[in-house]
Amino acid sequence: MLMRSIEADNISAGHAIRVGNLSKRFGPVTAVDQISLDIANGEFFVIVGPSGCGKTTLLRILAGLEMPTEGSIDVVVPAGSTRPVSSVVFQGDSIFPWMTVWDNAAYGLRMRNAPGAQIKEVVGHYLDRTGLTKFAGHYPHQLSGGMRQRVSIVRAFANDPEILLMDEPFSALDAQNKLLLQEELLQIWEEHKKTVIYITHSVDEAVILGDRIMIMTAHPGRAKTILPVPLARPRSVMDLQKDPIFGDLVYQIWTSLREEVQHARKLDEARGCKA
Amino acid sequence: MQGMRGAPVRKPTLRIRLLGLVGRDRLISLASPLMLLLLWEALARTGIIDVRFFPAPTSIFATMVTLLKSGELWHHTMASLQRLALGSIIGGAPALFLGIIMGLSSPIRALVDPLIAATYPVPKSAILPLALLIFGLGEGSKIFMVAVGVFFPVAINATAGVLEINKIYLDVGRTFKASRWNTFRTIALPGALPFIMTGVRLGIGMGIVLIAIAEMIGAKSGLGYMIWSAWETFAVEQMYVGLFVIAIIGFIVTAILNEIEKILIPWRR
Repeated sequence: MLMRSIEADNISAGHAIRVGNLSKRFGPVTAVDQISLDIANGEFFVIVGPSGCGKTTLLRILAGLEMPTEGSIDVVVPAGSTRPVSSVVFQGDSIFPWMTVWDNAAYGLRMRNAPGAQIKEVVGHYLDRTGLTKFAGHYPHQLSGGMRQRVSIVRAFANDPEILLMDEPFSALDAQNKLLLQEELLQIWEEHKKTVIYITHSVDEAVILGDRIMIMTAHPGRAKTILPVPLARPRSVMDLQKDPIFGDLVYQIWTSLREEVQHARKLDEARGCKA
Repeated sequence: MQGMRGAPVRKPTLRIRLLGLVGRDRLISLASPLMLLLLWEALARTGIIDVRFFPAPTSIFATMVTLLKSGELWHHTMASLQRLALGSIIGGAPALFLGIIMGLSSPIRALVDPLIAATYPVPKSAILPLALLIFGLGEGSKIFMVAVGVFFPVAINATAGVLEINKIYLDVGRTFKASRWNTFRTIALPGALPFIMTGVRLGIGMGIVLIAIAEMIGAKSGLGYMIWSAWETFAVEQMYVGLFVIAIIGFIVTAILNEIEKILIPWRR
């Protein structure tokens, strides 16, 4: 296992996650190529890139679901912490259809044998925060797509991990729901300011949420640039729309990303794939 | 599985729905077996069909009442049901565990799959002599036959059910550090349950077939024995009573399993 957890005596010092020369190859295809990253404690770090750029692979490696071909991941864990290293919010539907909203939200805590009182308090708190309290006994098929994704977010937050990994959690939602959930996510995140790695292909979403944004190239997936987002927090999704810094950043990232999308398309065409 | 979840919730209904049909179609479905019985009765009374082979439904019913009053029918029915229940548990429980574990672990699947593939096509009725040899003429051989019949469909469906589970749920389990037991209990078992219930239904159907056959040879009780001894004494009505009760058992077991499925799988509309 290349993932190491390092105990730090002083959490405020330095990075929470250090990724060193991380690569992942699937046979001849290089999905992730030599990515190095330092992510600060409490940072909301967004990775944006064209589809097929290996961003999901990178997140799966960080989540421990894939082994990197080379490189290392160090996650700094505060001394004496009993919290899990990471929780993942997956793309698309990932809450268990056979469990109620409550049981889904409590899953992480139950898997690590948290005491009943703690489960009740933490799960109750997050369901309340997301307006899901009265749906606690519902099954996922009785909920809308937006509500199911809220449950998925509650499940990850309630597990109280050191870092949160999110893989395009809102990509399947309609525009209005997406906006609402981004706003809610920011509100919940503001409570504890956990370190987040958030993957998206939406430039707007990256700027709305992130402290820093990493733009990835496709084929192979490399880190192209990392941009800071100098927008004050707490942020209001609506107010951001008229902020000139927001517009500038979106434009800047789009310009950078467009090259990548075009480059990726050319490569696909050259290989005879559908663009 | 994903498409299914977006659908509206169906409210539990107390209306009895026959084969999911409504109104006129339901009436037709209820009427058709009655029409057959009436026709049968008429043909038997007019002597168009040979009542030695096809006794009139009314005389079959009369025999049934006599057998019920004497307690004989009850005795045989309970004997068969007991064997069916014991055999289903003895065959079904290990099949459930083995099937799910095969679904979760590819090395175990590689190990056991060829064994199941090789033994499954053997006609279960053909191993009755072997069962009699090993377990003797007592209860053991009958229960064994049911267990064998239930084992295969449950094991095969449990494996298929686990393999059908969307991989994302297993990833969720891994990221939440679910232990092996918890993965089994909270993901594999509930996720495979719809398939498992199909396996149980098929398995018990097979168990009913096998218990009837097994009881015809070397048993002193049970519906199979009752049918066989009716043949030996040429009590044709009694034979039909046995067949009828077996059919009823099959019908009731299916109805009970449907209810159990609704309770166990509330997330399925």
